[in-house]
Order: sequence, then structure tokens, then C-alpha cells
Amino acid sequence: MTRTARTTVLAVVTALLIGIAVAYTWHAAGRSEAGPDQELTEVTLDEPGRILFRTTQAGTGRDHMAALDLADTGADDGKDPRRISPTSCLVFHAAKGTAVCLKLANAALHTYNAVILDRRLMPVDSREMAGTPSRTRVSPSGNLAAWTSFVGGESYAGLDFSTRTAILDRRSGTLHDNLEDFAVIRDGKPYKAADINIWGVTFAADDNRFYATVATDGHRYLAEGDLAARTLRTIRDNVECPSLSPDGTKLAYKKRVEGADPDRPWKLFTLDLATGTETLTTETRPLDDQAEWLDDRTLLYNLPGDLRADVWSVPADGTGKPTLVVRHALSPTVLRP
Amino acid sequence: MYLSSSRSGDVSTGVRGGPAPASEPDGPDGAEGPVAPDARAVPSDRSAPDAPRAQDRPRGRLARIVAPNVLALGMVSMVTDVSSEMVTAILPVYLVLGLGLSPLAFGMLDGLYNGATAFLRIAGGHVADRTRRHKPVAGFGYGLSAACKLALPAAGSVPVIGAVIAADRMGKGVRTAPRDALISLSSPPGGQGRAFGVHRAFDTAGALLGPPVALAVLWFTAQAYDAVFVVSFCLAAFGVLLLCLYVREVPCALPVSAPRPRLREALAVLRVPAFARLCGYALVLGAVTIGDGMVYLLLQREVDLRPHLFPLLPFGTALGFLLLAVPVGLAADRIGRLRVFLCGHVVLLGCYAVLLAPLPRAVLICAPLLLLGVFYAATDGVLMAVAAPLAPARLRGGSLALVQTGQAAGRAVGAIGFGAAWTAWGPHTALIAAAAALATAGGAAAAVAYRCRAAAPPHSERSEHPKHSEHRPHSPQPPSEDAR
Repeated sequence: MTRTARTTVLAVVTALLIGIAVAYTWHAAGRSEAGPDQELTEVTLDEPGRILFRTTQAGTGRDHMAALDLADTGADDGKDPRRISPTSCLVFHAAKGTAVCLKLANAALHTYNAVILDRRLMPVDSREMAGTPSRTRVSPSGNLAAWTSFVGGESYAGLDFSTRTAILDRRSGTLHDNLEDFAVIRDGKPYKAADINIWGVTFAADDNRFYATVATDGHRYLAEGDLAARTLRTIRDNVECPSLSPDGTKLAYKKRVEGADPDRPWKLFTLDLATGTETLTTETRPLDDQAEWLDDRTLLYNLPGDLRADVWSVPADGTGKPTLVVRHALSPTVLRP
Repeated sequence: MYLSSSRSGDVSTGVRGGPAPASEPDGPDGAEGPVAPDARAVPSDRSAPDAPRAQDRPRGRLARIVAPNVLALGMVSMVTDVSSEMVTAILPVYLVLGLGLSPLAFGMLDGLYNGATAFLRIAGGHVADRTRRHKPVAGFGYGLSAACKLALPAAGSVPVIGAVIAADRMGKGVRTAPRDALISLSSPPGGQGRAFGVHRAFDTAGALLGPPVALAVLWFTAQAYDAVFVVSFCLAAFGVLLLCLYVREVPCALPVSAPRPRLREALAVLRVPAFARLCGYALVLGAVTIGDGMVYLLLQREVDLRPHLFPLLPFGTALGFLLLAVPVGLAADRIGRLRVFLCGHVVLLGCYAVLLAPLPRAVLICAPLLLLGVFYAATDGVLMAVAAPLAPARLRGGSLALVQTGQAAGRAVGAIGFGAAWTAWGPHTALIAAAAALATAGGAAAAVAYRCRAAAPPHSERSEHPKHSEHRPHSPQPPSEDAR
């Protein structure tokens, strides 16, 4: 190929590629702004009987926190009277007048913060996160908050991920920055490893006991934590993302089932803590969420949907079948009295 | 020079014994019969300096120190790295926030594919050698990775995304060895260090540019991940275009009728003592390397690091690598590439020492990153620069792949070993053990290398480098080596 021909080909193809990149980016930028103007109103945590969630409906209120009466749930077309607040969060949970909102801190650096909100969803405290927000939970009393981030790119040109989970005690301001510093007791024996990852905390009512996933050595354990003693004790294998029921008697979690479709190995189970009985729910679709309890008998969880995700519910006792609760919603939180 | 004298030492003192025939390039004598690598492989590397004729009219400053082909490959790598690091930077965010997936499921898939990549690396290098077409094989790898950028947004579930990323990495595996072979074949034996240094600098610059570009696109489009993938694809395609237009195949100085290397022959390069020893260094030293992820983890335990700073740690390392790749490459050509490679591990030892020392906070954060950057600058491209002249031109791709695979295998073993030490003794003691192992392995490697160099009689050195060695037959580092 002659020099001129080479330069011509370079110029033409480069122009074409730049054209594609610019046009697509432009189109994508316009698309994200598409959608109706949505009215923003105040939403508070003092509304028992409502559920709060991050709405993913197209429009100006996308990714804002929205509230819906339980009586108004189940609209299949997504046309429900959801009230959209001015507060936007990526991941959210709340209890007793305290909320945690995981959100972008700096768009240019892609850093994230865990922001503590009061009952009117106004920020009162903020802590830096080490990576991409994943899970968050507030204790039933509203005193403790936990959040998990995924930390990617720890290895140069590698593709491995690890998690970091922190617990904040709002009463004293104490931050347990990294639960991996807690003493892990595996199968009754003290255990140390470099590859420990902890995520998916759920709190008991006493503001000390909690459950979490402890992954190490190819296992994912359900572990019981003691905040005062700074310990984590493994109690079951093959379990992820526990969630304690409001009455404190049952845990809901994802469990890897032997011989299941490798595409969807996780099934939603509940565990009776007193008897140790495990119950498989009737949800069979692929699921990757930390469940939330609607009440002591019903679970809420996310499933992938049209605009990212929908919230579904299923009875905890293995009966009935899954029903749609809210379309285009993430991070469901039930406001309790 | 360190490297060449250690190599000539092998030729005359190697187990197989007897001085090697000094003037037998890989010629038609390899037509049939059992492979006799000592006899054929070693001297044949002298075809390398004759191959490139690209440096006749140097233009810019870079063009004066490396061949245009190396610059072109550097540009291709830079553009491709911008593309791939864009995706790497946003992938966790995309999976966790965009798709709501748990990347830990995904990390498990990732480990499984690593083995396949190592195999493909050797396959890519060997196919390029066998067909004598490095450029199309590398181009296939670049093209495959480019296509994957478009496939990513279309993939919705963990296994499919895992498969796309595996294909992307396969592309990387396939292209690496032929690309490095092209770099080495385009450069004189005395200029291997700077050629790889310049290439790795371009490569790292791309890696540093990728994440900001991705974040800019995300910011402009209000979190439209698909736009990032499309822009990434366009850049990858641009890289393939540059490869097609500006990278030249380096003609092998062999008659067309010469036999094509078979896989057995490609592996037999391991019977060249100097080359086998280098693979040994790469493997053993790799096995006492704990990996950057662990360095960052230990750093975080030592200093109370602001969480927001944590994801930025790899950038510090990459910056050090970027700034030092060329100077260290030039230094390697001057004072000895194997020497610099071994010294790189002394720097790594320094990095471990800093982590163990009670130092002020600012030092404790910056020093390990800088030292890690120096370590990469002194070992990544330099290892290829040591290996390339030891392997015959016609087996170059497969040989470089072997060294890389040896190092990768060593590092995998090292990661497992360090994990086990951490489990058994805790992080502090594990790091002390790692430092001790590194010091021992590094010392042993240096002793072996020194011994082999000392054993090299002057005449064999002359036979390898008739132009220069007569001036300083005993000098370990003739500075004129790179005067070409």
C-alpha cells in the first residue's frame, strides 16, 4: 500500500469511528434525559405502612427515593401513585428515623459516600466508601448502620474483586471501618486468611448481634457477628446475603443449591433460627439481592426487569407464589411503626 | 555485557558441553531429525539484528532510539489499553449498579479462564512462528478483543458476561507473544531493553488514560454504560486499524522452503541452557512475588488510608511504571538486561521492607507504590528484552510466550503460597516470610547468573559479538553494545 493510500484509509476509517463514538455518546446522553418531568415532593421516614424504594422509571426523578402505600402496590404497568422525593441514592435502607444512602461523591473520580439521613431524608453524617456501593442495612433501632462496597482493580491489570464492609455506631460515632479486622471463628476455631471477604450485614434488635456473609477459601459462610467482641463465627456454608425477620426468629438468604442450573444457582431460603429448619421459597428465577422482610411472613426482593429491576414478594413459608410489588424499583425498604 | 556473556557462558559450559558452532544461523539444517537446540537455536539469534532495516532514517527523538515498527506497536497498544482499561474501570460499577449482579460470582469465573489464557499465549506465539506471520495472529487477538467490547452490553447474565470477558482475555493471550516477537525482531539485540521500555511506556500510558476517558463518557451521558462500551469498541477498532496500516511484518531471514517449526521444536528451546535458566528465574522469582493486590491490602492495614484513596493506589504504581519504563529500558541495554531484571526484585524487596518498617504515613503510602512501579519498569518489558535474544528468530513468538507463561505460573503459585502463609501466621509474619523467600530466591538467581557469566571464556564471547568484545573481552558491560 502506498503512503497516500494508507493515509487515506486511516483518515476515512478514523473519521468513521469518531463519528460512531460521538453519535452514540450524544444519543445516549439525550436518552438519559428523556422522560416526563416528574413532580418531587417531600418523603419522610415517619410513614409506617409505606415502602420506600429507588425508582428507576424514566424521567427527571429517576434514581430518586420514592414512597408508595402498600395498598397501592402491585400495578403491573408501573403506573402507581409513587411520590418521588428530591433525594437520590444508589442503594438505600432505613429504620426508626435513620436512613443510609449510598451515593456518588465525585463523578470525576468515581468515589462514593455512605450518607446518613435523618427522618426527613436530610444528610446528617457522611463517610467515605472504598468502592462501588453494594448493600446497606440499618439496625431495627436505627442506631447501627452497615454498608458494603465492592473494590475492583486491586490488582494491576487484573480483574478480581473484593468487598469491604463497615459498621457505624451512630450513638458513639464509632466506625468499624473494615469487618475483615474482626476475629473470624471458622468451625469453632480461630481463622485468618488474606482472602476473607465480608458483605451483606443484617442486624438483630439488641444493637450488638448481627449476621453477615463471610467468604473465604472458596466457601461462603453465614456468620453470626458480635459487635462488642469484634468477632464473626461461621454457622452455615453455601449461604449469601442474610436478612433477619422483624421478630428476629427467621433468616432469609440465598443458598447455592447442588445440581442447580449453573446460570441460576441461588435459591431464596428461610431458616428458622430456633429449630434450624430450612424452607425453600417458591421463587425459582435467578436472584441476586439481600431480601427485605415485608412482615414476619413475607419477603421482598429485586429481580431484573425492564428498567433495571422490579420488586417482588413471596411467602417465607414455602407456600404461595411470587407476586409483583413495584415495577421499576430497587432497594425496597419497609417503614415500620 | 551481562546478558550476552552469561549466554555465551551457557554455550560453552552448558551441560551438553562443547563450544557451540558460532556461525550457523537457523538454516535448512533444521529440516529433519531430532531437535538439537543447543547447536541451532542459540547462534541463530544473530539473525535478529539483520532482520530490521527500519531504522535507516530516524525522525523524532523516539524514532532515534527505537524502530518505527516498535513505535507503531506502541501506539496500537496504547490505544488498545485505553479501550480495555475503560471497560475494566467501569465493569464493577456496571455489574453491581447497572445489572445488580454480585461480582464475586464473577471473580470465580475469572480464575477458571486464567489457565486457558496461558495456554493460548503459547498457542498464539507458536502459530505466529509456524506461519511466520506475527502480524495477522496479533491482529486476530486485537480484533477478538475489539469485538468483545460490543458484545459486553448485549450480555445480560453472569455466565455470558464471563464468557465475553474470557474471549476478551483470550484475544489478549493470543496477541501478546506475536506482538512481543515483532518488537524484538524489529530491534537490534543491543536495543531490546529500550524497545520494550518504549513499548511498555506507551502501553501504561494507555492504561492510565482509560479510566478518565470512561468516567468522562459516563459523566457526559449520565451513567449510560453502553456508551462507554461503544466508545471503547471504536478505540479498539482504531487500534486494529493502526496495526493493519502501520505495523510491518518482520521478514524472517529464512528461505521460504525452510521447515516450519513444530510445537516440539518450539518447546525444545527450553533445552538452551541460558533460556531455560531465564525461564527458571522468571518462574522462581514470580513464585516469591506476592502481587500488587496484596501490597495494597497490606498498605491499607498499615496506614489508616482514606477509603476514597484506596481505588487510586494502582494508579500510583502505573504512574511509576510509565515514567520509568524508558529510562530503565535504556539502562538495561547499557548495564545488562538480566542484571536490571534481577535488580528489579531488589526494589521489590525494598517495597516489602518499607511495608514492614515504622515509617511516617506519607512515606508509607507513596514509597511502596513508587517501588512497585520501579519493579514493573525493571521486570516487565525487561524480561522480554532478556529473553528475546536468547531465542532464535524463527521461534521467537513461542519462546517469549514460554517465559511469560513461566512467570505467570510462578506468580499464581506465589499468590497461593502467600495466601496460605497469611492464613497460617497472619499478615505481618507472612510478609516477612515473603521477603525472606524473595531475598533467598533473588540471591540464588544472582549467584547462578554470576557463576555462568564468570565461566564464560572470552573467545566464546567474541564469537557472539565480534565487533565489540574484542575491545573489552572481560568487561561484563561493554557500553558500546547498544551503539548500533
